[in-house]
Amino acid sequence: MARKQSLEAAVEGLKRFLSEKEDSNEEVAAKIEKLTAELRRIDVAPIDPTEMIKRGFNYFKTNNFDKHREFYHELAESQHPKFLVFACSDSRVSPSIILNFKPGDAFMVRNIANMVPAFDQLRYSGVGAAIEYAVSVLEVPNILIIGHSRCGGIQRLMTHPEDGSLPFDFIDEWVKIGKPAAAKVKATFGNLPIEEQCAHCEREAVKLSLINLLTYPYVRTGIAKKKLQLMGGYYNFVEGSFHVWNFETRFSPTVDMQ
Amino acid sequence: MAAPSPTPFSRLFNSSVDACPTSLKTATILGPKLKSGETEQAHLRLLTSFKHLKFKASKEPPGLTQQLDNRKLESLTESENGCDLFEDLKHRFLRFKRRKFKENLDHFQNLAQGQAPKFMIIACADSRVCPSIILGFQPGEAFMVRNVANLVPTFESGPSETNAALEFAVNSLKVENILVIGHSCCGGIRALMSMEDEVDSSSFIRSWVVVGKNARLITKSAASNLSFDQQCRHCEKESVNHSLLNLLTYPWIEEKVAEGALSLHGGYYDFIDCTFEKWTLDFKASNREKNSRFAVKNQFYWC
Repeated sequence: MARKQSLEAAVEGLKRFLSEKEDSNEEVAAKIEKLTAELRRIDVAPIDPTEMIKRGFNYFKTNNFDKHREFYHELAESQHPKFLVFACSDSRVSPSIILNFKPGDAFMVRNIANMVPAFDQLRYSGVGAAIEYAVSVLEVPNILIIGHSRCGGIQRLMTHPEDGSLPFDFIDEWVKIGKPAAAKVKATFGNLPIEEQCAHCEREAVKLSLINLLTYPYVRTGIAKKKLQLMGGYYNFVEGSFHVWNFETRFSPTVDMQ
Repeated sequence: MAAPSPTPFSRLFNSSVDACPTSLKTATILGPKLKSGETEQAHLRLLTSFKHLKFKASKEPPGLTQQLDNRKLESLTESENGCDLFEDLKHRFLRFKRRKFKENLDHFQNLAQGQAPKFMIIACADSRVCPSIILGFQPGEAFMVRNVANLVPTFESGPSETNAALEFAVNSLKVENILVIGHSCCGGIRALMSMEDEVDSSSFIRSWVVVGKNARLITKSAASNLSFDQQCRHCEKESVNHSLLNLLTYPWIEEKVAEGALSLHGGYYDFIDCTFEKWTLDFKASNREKNSRFAVKNQFYWC
């Protein structure tokens, strides 16, 4: 439909369609999503960045904010997110899109390769500040770290400097947080092609980051009080799959040696 | 791109997503298997366990929560246990998969090969200000860094997560635009403005927000007659400008901005009134003006 019409006609058609369909259902919503995506990709001219965000903001305001004013009014007073999410900065893996987080659902940190370094107030105050704010101030009950397929940061970790490439001062310093995960993958799966090793490392780095969370005192306190749950996730955008797991630590029952 | 081959994707999509996923041969949409109480040997040496949670049989078809319409807005449900949480995440993911992934398969397959975003966004981690939602960025469009109070440390301050992302976005992905977005009622900025002059060494938040200390100084001198709330608001915007200046301390950023290959933009989202301001750093004009710190152009206010 959209391909046969001009952009303006397509937008008009969508507006009419939206106004006529009072009760949305799955099929209709999917059609709307598809149309919107197609419209956005129609190349009228190289998109002006200002125009792009203006359209995005107007869409949000008209279709979301204005229709749920009371909800947003309450949200403006205070936030009570249920999640602290760590996700990669990769443009393809926004958790708001793939996990449909609405405003207010998730306090979200995004960095290269979704890493959580061990507690270090001098070097990693940014991550620490986010954890402290989310856990101590906002009291989020869940922390979710999401890794993903084809992660550039993990690839860098696994291939540099062995591949002889020039150093990237800041990137290399950051991704080396994941060195223990890389070492483990190389030891266990070193015979596999590098792409498969990277895929293993993407998951292993999430597990390492979960362990690193335990080095933050407020995280330990939250877990001890059973107010905090740690979870790992893995989004594979090649397959279109999502995996999630809990991270729990426990001691086995004590064995009497007598 | 050629039409997708019938195998992996169509197999995934043809499997019934409404039924309880008892068979996980074709599609592991969500990881844990259904046998209750089963635990697996974890890879880690620590005594951790991956708990396989039993899925509750859904009474209604999953994912039929309405998207944005005049009825109630879906919100995250309270979960007492991990099973409800997993169920919730599953519904969320399947909805994305049905509505977006499946409908735009070619596009997602292209994206899987590589990303070429036009934007790098630096935004606050605040749950209310996700740029994917408020500015409509779709998968592939924006490389995103989110930290407390959307701060950018200087080049001289040494390696950090924010500048690692900058290095990747600018030198590897070669983004054309960097947009720093501040917002109303920012807790991080409030913490910055509340700081006593002597550094409280026990707090991470303070160790981090001190990156914005120049913005606080400017605000205190320019807006000392205003209420604390108004000062915070002033600082939220001042801090965006301060971050833009900090971006220019990176030689490879300044070089590209001078060449015209990279534009630096500031933004401010007010979620009380739902307004958005946007401005662009005018690099050429900034170098000419001696008194003001920098000049702006293409200033917009949307409400």
